[in-house]
Amino acid sequence: MKYPENLKYTKDHEWVRMEGGKAQVGITFYAQDQLGDVVFLELPEVGTEVEAGVMFATVESVKAVSDVYAPVSGKIVEVNEALNDSPELVNEDPYNNGWMCVIELSGPSEFDNLMDSNAYQKLVEKGGE
Amino acid sequence: MAEVLKKTPLYETHVKNGGRIVDFGGWALPVQFTGIKEEHNGCRTHAALWDVSNMGELLVEGKEALDLLQMILVNDVSKIYPGKLIYSPMCYPDGGIVDDLLVMCLAEDKYWLIVNGANIEKDVEWIQPIVRYFNGTVFKDISGNIAQLAIQGPNSVKIMEQLTQYPVNEIRYYHGIEDVDVAGVVCLVTRTGYTGEDGFELYCQADKGPELYEAVVEAGKGHGLVLAGLGCRDTLRFEASMSLYGHELDEDHTPLEAGLGRTVAFDKGTYFIGSKALMKQREKGLKVKLVGIEMVGKGVPRNGYKVFDEAGEKEIGYVTTGTFTPYLKKYLAMAYVPVEHSQRGAGLNIEIRGRKVPARVVRMPFYRREVKKR
Repeated sequence: MKYPENLKYTKDHEWVRMEGGKAQVGITFYAQDQLGDVVFLELPEVGTEVEAGVMFATVESVKAVSDVYAPVSGKIVEVNEALNDSPELVNEDPYNNGWMCVIELSGPSEFDNLMDSNAYQKLVEKGGE
Repeated sequence: MAEVLKKTPLYETHVKNGGRIVDFGGWALPVQFTGIKEEHNGCRTHAALWDVSNMGELLVEGKEALDLLQMILVNDVSKIYPGKLIYSPMCYPDGGIVDDLLVMCLAEDKYWLIVNGANIEKDVEWIQPIVRYFNGTVFKDISGNIAQLAIQGPNSVKIMEQLTQYPVNEIRYYHGIEDVDVAGVVCLVTRTGYTGEDGFELYCQADKGPELYEAVVEAGKGHGLVLAGLGCRDTLRFEASMSLYGHELDEDHTPLEAGLGRTVAFDKGTYFIGSKALMKQREKGLKVKLVGIEMVGKGVPRNGYKVFDEAGEKEIGYVTTGTFTPYLKKYLAMAYVPVEHSQRGAGLNIEIRGRKVPARVVRMPFYRREVKKR
């Protein structure tokens, strides 16, 4: 499943998984495929306040640098430390072991503005943005 | 992509094989097939195959062909003989670099210049007006007639041996043989490459390219041959600390600054374009120099990033190429810096998205293959 139905998506190719007022965030299959082999991530520190639509992390592949935008506003409560040593998890398992951080939502309603799997898939089929 | 991209004879083959096609300096070429890391390491451990038909071939022929080449190239072309190649920068009068290229000597009065794909037109415009001073010299861009493949990696000899009766392992480094039958296709086979590995480059008639490519793919099965794109071609040449025109080499830097002093044959006994400026630079001493850099702090250095001094206060240079190198697994860069900052171990900072990240000067080449003892 390239775009699991239980997740929500942004036009900037991040995915969001809701877990009781908290949002686990990563980049989609499409995003990692376009980037190629991920070799380095710059993730925010726990406690950082992030704002929806604003850059909060950076993913670097062998060939390119790409910004990651916060899909929702809130506070970073957890980051995936495993990516420091194994950035390739973003390619190998983007929706599970390749997660990047967990955001505690400041406004849970924002979550409803994201795309579902179908809508995201259509966006990607058009060639993304 | 509004403009129409140029296609090599292998274009359809790449699409069929799942290559991710991108605009590479006006050419539609695959940046990768399975992934840059996998292709990169496949070349280091087994073998890899590229279509490099975008490279240019310029024919220089005639009694005064050698004199012409001695004039336009900084290396000593009189050292090569039929079946031998030499690498040389080609300079402007001020010592800046027009292009860097291989010269293949096919006969005493017949040479090919193998030039960067992105520079073909510029090179022709530079050389053409000089040709008329050399009586009876034919100078012709034959790039369109030729397909070029590169087979690189420790298993290249085994793969080539399956494709031809010719004892390819007897071809020495920087030598080449014409009219070799490779899987039924007539090829010029040279023992050259741009990866830091052993390997061959094959030149054939353009329309035979796809046939030859498929035959190599077939012979490579069982030898771990990977289809490779331009992405890993760049990371491989960088890991082996080989310069690329447009990055380390350009009209603003001389071969001496680029660390290619060994290719400037001041003693070749004839005048060559750039010799006065280069001689003067050698006497005065260099101001800037190309160095290898390894990150000490965390971050990926990239082409164009600024280099600062150890204190992080003064901007002193810029990165020409930088990336994570898949085989060495290091974050490395090449950069032009003032000579006083070029000693091995010297501390520097690379500015990565507004943050100064510590780095240090290290020795090049970053990677050198282990040569088997006989």
